[in-house]
Amino acid sequence: MNRKMLATLLAPAILALAGADALAKGTGYLFVSSENDNAVTVLDGKTYAVVKTIPTGERPRDIKLSADGSQVYVIASNKHRLEVIDIARLAVTRTLPVGEDPEAFEFGKDGKLIYVTNEEDAQVSVVDFASGKIVAKIEVGEEPEGVKLSPDGRRVYVTSEVANMVHVIDTATNKILANVVVGNRPRRFAITPDGAEVWVTNELAASISIIDGASNRVKGTVAFEPKGFRKDDVTPVGIVMTRDGKTAFVTLGRANHVAVVDVAARRVKGYVLVGNRAWGVQLSRDESLLYVVNGLSDDVSIVDTRALKVLKSVPVGRVPYGVVVDD
Amino acid sequence: MPIRHIARRARALAVAGFAAAGLLHGAPVYAVALKFGFLELNHDVRYDEEKLYFRPMSRALGRPLAGAEVALRESRFVGQAVGAEFALERAQADDAKGLIEQIGKLNAAGVRFFLIDAPGAVVAQVSQAVRGRELLLFNISAADDALRQEQCQPNLLHTIPNHAMQADAMAQYLVSRKWRSVLMLEGPLADDKLVSAAFENSAKRFGLKIVEKRPFLLSNDPRQRDQGNVSLLTAGPDYDAVFVADSDGEFARSVPYRTVRPRPVVGSEGLVAEAWHWSWERHGAPQLNNRLEKLASRRMSSPDWAAWIAVKTVVEAVVRTNNGDFRTLAKYIGSDDITIDGFKGNRLGFRQWDGQLRQPILLATHNAVIERAPIQGFLHQTNNMDTLGFDKRDSRCKF
Repeated sequence: MNRKMLATLLAPAILALAGADALAKGTGYLFVSSENDNAVTVLDGKTYAVVKTIPTGERPRDIKLSADGSQVYVIASNKHRLEVIDIARLAVTRTLPVGEDPEAFEFGKDGKLIYVTNEEDAQVSVVDFASGKIVAKIEVGEEPEGVKLSPDGRRVYVTSEVANMVHVIDTATNKILANVVVGNRPRRFAITPDGAEVWVTNELAASISIIDGASNRVKGTVAFEPKGFRKDDVTPVGIVMTRDGKTAFVTLGRANHVAVVDVAARRVKGYVLVGNRAWGVQLSRDESLLYVVNGLSDDVSIVDTRALKVLKSVPVGRVPYGVVVDD
Repeated sequence: MPIRHIARRARALAVAGFAAAGLLHGAPVYAVALKFGFLELNHDVRYDEEKLYFRPMSRALGRPLAGAEVALRESRFVGQAVGAEFALERAQADDAKGLIEQIGKLNAAGVRFFLIDAPGAVVAQVSQAVRGRELLLFNISAADDALRQEQCQPNLLHTIPNHAMQADAMAQYLVSRKWRSVLMLEGPLADDKLVSAAFENSAKRFGLKIVEKRPFLLSNDPRQRDQGNVSLLTAGPDYDAVFVADSDGEFARSVPYRTVRPRPVVGSEGLVAEAWHWSWERHGAPQLNNRLEKLASRRMSSPDWAAWIAVKTVVEAVVRTNNGDFRTLAKYIGSDDITIDGFKGNRLGFRQWDGQLRQPILLATHNAVIERAPIQGFLHQTNNMDTLGFDKRDSRCKF
């Protein structure tokens, strides 16, 4: 029996058990990178028990699932490389150099190229995934971090935390098309499915800047003001949008909350209390669950996106950075 | 072309300039040329090579020009993008009089923003002399409380924390540990008295008990044994911690492990309260530390950070106001609208009542940051960072 059939057969039971993912097709595992443990922690998607701790290069940070769901990619910042984890074997099977002090990455449209932000050198490295060769380096502002491909694959957006700007890079030429000044300490992105709006979190401005995907100008902001917190304690970093582009979930760092935002109205609909210094955030495939990585309480909060309540907090490694779910 | 002319042309260009300034390839054309003057003394005892050799914790690790240079490099990209070119000119002199002359020359050539790296007395003299001129002076290394109080000036800003901020941070830490009774050792220098006076105020403010204050001397003279010998100095009634006020640092370094009782040493040794420490690891600090280390071949310390943030403050104002005009920039810098990123986790800005940059203080040992003040639980009605140093009601500054 293949995975899909099994999933179909078991779906009602799983739904009843965990109130979760009826469309499950993968292993259901959660993969969490932990900066200070030099490891990716693998959790069972239902019981949240640790299945395995996979050793990686030093300081694993940004983490992503391959399009076919067979591999997990994780940046090992202090080893200056990307590591490939085979999900079937739960082990690192390949590493490739991606430039000095990499932090985050994004695949190009056809999956051949990777765009990597190199924090130390203020560069974006363009890496050919098959050959493992760096094919281009693009100079950007100091401490680039967030990197995101436009839905049509023609643009890559990169934040510079120090220059307080977003660089818009043409993927055909690897040239900067525009530098957009946004709020202070811009971090990460979400983009509407039509590419019309690029949302970027401003960690020190307690806000999101909304960049027009066509004109590359800031056309709006969303400010976060959870009750009982001062602006100083509201430090948005992580962001994820639902596939329909209607709802965004934004982690508020020191404010220990996730903001739920109506994208069209640019209005905060609610706040969910999570763990300490919430940064990394990811949705399950069916978008019923939100996984929030709490960097300073070393755990992951599992949030029910309909009830907007935390179902569970799961301990993971030291200083967790990011999470992906193979569902 | 003299800078003044460039600046004048810049104003004419500024209207159209910023919209069209997205020159991304080829030679950039700058709408704004902004030069910083970096003022320092030819001979400054605080950077005495012999003393730097044993790295007293109360001293900087080198001249802070390096910090300004790092900030300038960081600004290149953002400068290009908004059409502004930033430059730095180093100007040295023997004394306050010489520095005032240097300011006069640079100011006449169009320089409006100055960083001054000099002891408190020199900063006081210089800022008094240039009062009312079209310029801003950033004090990057003088911690003297008086500069923020009676000697304050409307065009003098302070990016280095003052003694009161450091002492309040330390007092908060001691209270949070419940180490409430403190033995003070005070050195003979005028600066030592300033440090100990600030700590005595903080002790009162946060409810610490000073068991005793004893003067020390850096001496092996047997007739002054009671002032030169750490065992004798730390004997007697019990205490939870020893606070050493030693701006020179040579005596303080020999206090830890020589106390009669097994008690921690804080102040000028052991645990120190600083604007910056190279071991700080959060909020992008490792990258900043690496940039300075690459440039200066040494680690980063507080005055480096203060110089770095002074340059960044002006750059931030240029970017946000889209304007090279001095008055607009100065107004924005002093306002509550500005958000300066000091890599310490908070949005920083200047206190309007005395020109001091409000900021977290790092409590550090020789190789680790133990805590960041304001410490959790020390609250303020508007901004918790104002639990450190002179709040509005404590201010005796009259501009």
